[in-house]
Amino acid sequence: MPFGALPPFTEVPYLTYYDNTDSDPLLSGSVIESVNAWDQGIEGNEVQFKETVHEYVKLIRFRYLFILVCAIVIVFVSGYSLSLGAYNISFTETYYYFWNALIGTNFTVQEDITKASIIWDLRMPRVATAVFGGAALAVAGVAMQSVLKNPLADSYTTGVSSGAGFGATIVMFSGLAMTSYIPVVISAFIFAMIPTLAIIAISKMASASPTTMIMAGIGVMYIFSASTTVLMLWADPQSMADIYAWQVGSLANGGVNTQTVPIVMVCSIAGLIALWIMAGKINVLATGDESSKALGIDADKLRIIILLITGLLAASIVSFVGIVGFVGLVTPHIVRMFIGADNKYLIPASAIFGGMVMLCADQIGRVFLTTPLPVGVVMAFIGGPVFLWLILRRHKEVW
Amino acid sequence: MALFKKKENTEEVADDLTVDIPAQPRTWEFNTKIELKDVSFGYTADKLVLRDVNLTIDKPGFYCIVGPNGVGKSTIVKCLNKINIPQKGEIFVDGVNIKDLHYKDLAQKIGYVPVFSNDTFAMSVVDTILVGRFNHTKECSREENLKKVYEAMRLLHVEGLAYKKFNEISAGQHQKVAIARGIVQETPVLILDEPTANLDVKYQVYVMEILRAIAEKRNMIVLTISHDLNITAKYAHQVIMLSKPGVIHAVGTPQEVLTKENITHVYGVNCRIIEDDQCVSNPNVDSETKVSVPHIILGEALVIDDDQ
Repeated sequence: MPFGALPPFTEVPYLTYYDNTDSDPLLSGSVIESVNAWDQGIEGNEVQFKETVHEYVKLIRFRYLFILVCAIVIVFVSGYSLSLGAYNISFTETYYYFWNALIGTNFTVQEDITKASIIWDLRMPRVATAVFGGAALAVAGVAMQSVLKNPLADSYTTGVSSGAGFGATIVMFSGLAMTSYIPVVISAFIFAMIPTLAIIAISKMASASPTTMIMAGIGVMYIFSASTTVLMLWADPQSMADIYAWQVGSLANGGVNTQTVPIVMVCSIAGLIALWIMAGKINVLATGDESSKALGIDADKLRIIILLITGLLAASIVSFVGIVGFVGLVTPHIVRMFIGADNKYLIPASAIFGGMVMLCADQIGRVFLTTPLPVGVVMAFIGGPVFLWLILRRHKEVW
Repeated sequence: MALFKKKENTEEVADDLTVDIPAQPRTWEFNTKIELKDVSFGYTADKLVLRDVNLTIDKPGFYCIVGPNGVGKSTIVKCLNKINIPQKGEIFVDGVNIKDLHYKDLAQKIGYVPVFSNDTFAMSVVDTILVGRFNHTKECSREENLKKVYEAMRLLHVEGLAYKKFNEISAGQHQKVAIARGIVQETPVLILDEPTANLDVKYQVYVMEILRAIAEKRNMIVLTISHDLNITAKYAHQVIMLSKPGVIHAVGTPQEVLTKENITHVYGVNCRIIEDDQCVSNPNVDSETKVSVPHIILGEALVIDDDQ
């Protein structure tokens, strides 16, 4: 017999492999009972099992309820937001005009035409960009955090934001942004993808562990930040002001208009659906590389695919609205506190919640303050304390 | 009515059973074979952890890998799952080289639960175990998967923790949840890395008994890494002993492998072995039955040269 081959089971009683578990002398009565019960399976109507399933269904209902509530808030706040402005359109009228503009009704009365045009051409882009941009950034944050197994992962730490920042800065610095905003968007998008590609390249060269990727992202981030700073030092005051305004992120800048809204919508919906389809795999990946390989998922490959999708998603939004912080990093955490870490629900819920947060923050910045504040600043001011309070409250429950 | 008939006439019962109780106990055919041929592996090119390991497992049963730290126990297991790719040699599962198998196909045959944690974004215990049903999500409904999860939770006595977050339960409970996740995968081969780590004495014994029992019940190969020689001696069908520098020292029944000479040589610890014949615990078995199990009493550690 070759060394390492197993000898046959001998006939010594305790070494015997018992086909019938019941007659194995080494097993105790309770174990035999448990294993038989497990093997036969449970009746579907067993009380405790039914309770477990009932509880599961209840949790899922709560998750849907959460999504529904956020959606309702979005509908109302959007209506309110559309009614704001110099031209007086009432809250209820906004829905009427929005709907008719959406289905393409041709109004005959001049007042209707004006109102529909104001709603659709002037006010809708800002609202739609807030909702879809917030959703996309939040979903990108969720996926990055789960895939990199790091609560601090978002478009900042993976370098997407600083790449976009440098791309926008270089265009504004060179004066190409004087006549049109399009070069800014294109340049921001291209440079936003560089850090993601660099992370992927570095992880191919070294080992593709999540920590390596975050480190690579932070390395690239510093390079771009430093380059941006250098350009800002050399820039003239007007470019400097533009660059600065872009860096804090705003829904009022030139990247938000009727032409850009369809792009933002398509990008965010496509990214959201792609990531939602992969939610089950992301769940497995979040349990670790070895564990996911053992469950049949090529962890390294999946991580790169998802990173590419989130990179594209975040870049496509950031290049239009500028660097908007908070929503990508913090909304996923807040949503997790409410509905748990299951990505099948976390991804759609974060999308809706992220859209809601960005829309509401924009409203607060416009309405309650005499000088309109950029959306990112408002989110940080209000969201930061709320987030801290949620963290403290959660720990009280645990202990 | 069917119930009364069963008691009166056994022949009619057979007919009734197929009609009244659709859930017939499944028969679990065994046709699995794992082969390692001259497998060598090292995390760095110049230092091999495993050297020319040959091993064939082609019978169902409860297998334990034993050996001192750093001898390649976990490494072997990871090679079987394609987590580690051997520098030299081949691994065959059911005659197919695993190099040619996709992770997805390998996961249908070998279930492996590494020491895992999803502390960062913890899900509930139910959801954590449900992840183990990943390869069955398409063919099974959510209720069916929940049923499997519930059965496994009940087997390991964690059904009361169902909706606790994974990071809010103890290390021993983590261990039970991990084993449950392995069990719900329903693969013909189940590999566990130190399933009794962090468990109290009662559950060390319970888990080992369960693993032996499920191997017998479902004709599975259950392969574990173990550090407790006495529990291994009592419950393993076969013991695979590794020694430095990453070679198989002995393979066989606990009585053949766990000898004074082997333990002294492999672990560098003096020991005595006594035979314990008072260990029949099955109430179905005649209490007069004598079954003897080796019991290892460890002595002092010997000064050994670790630099080899």
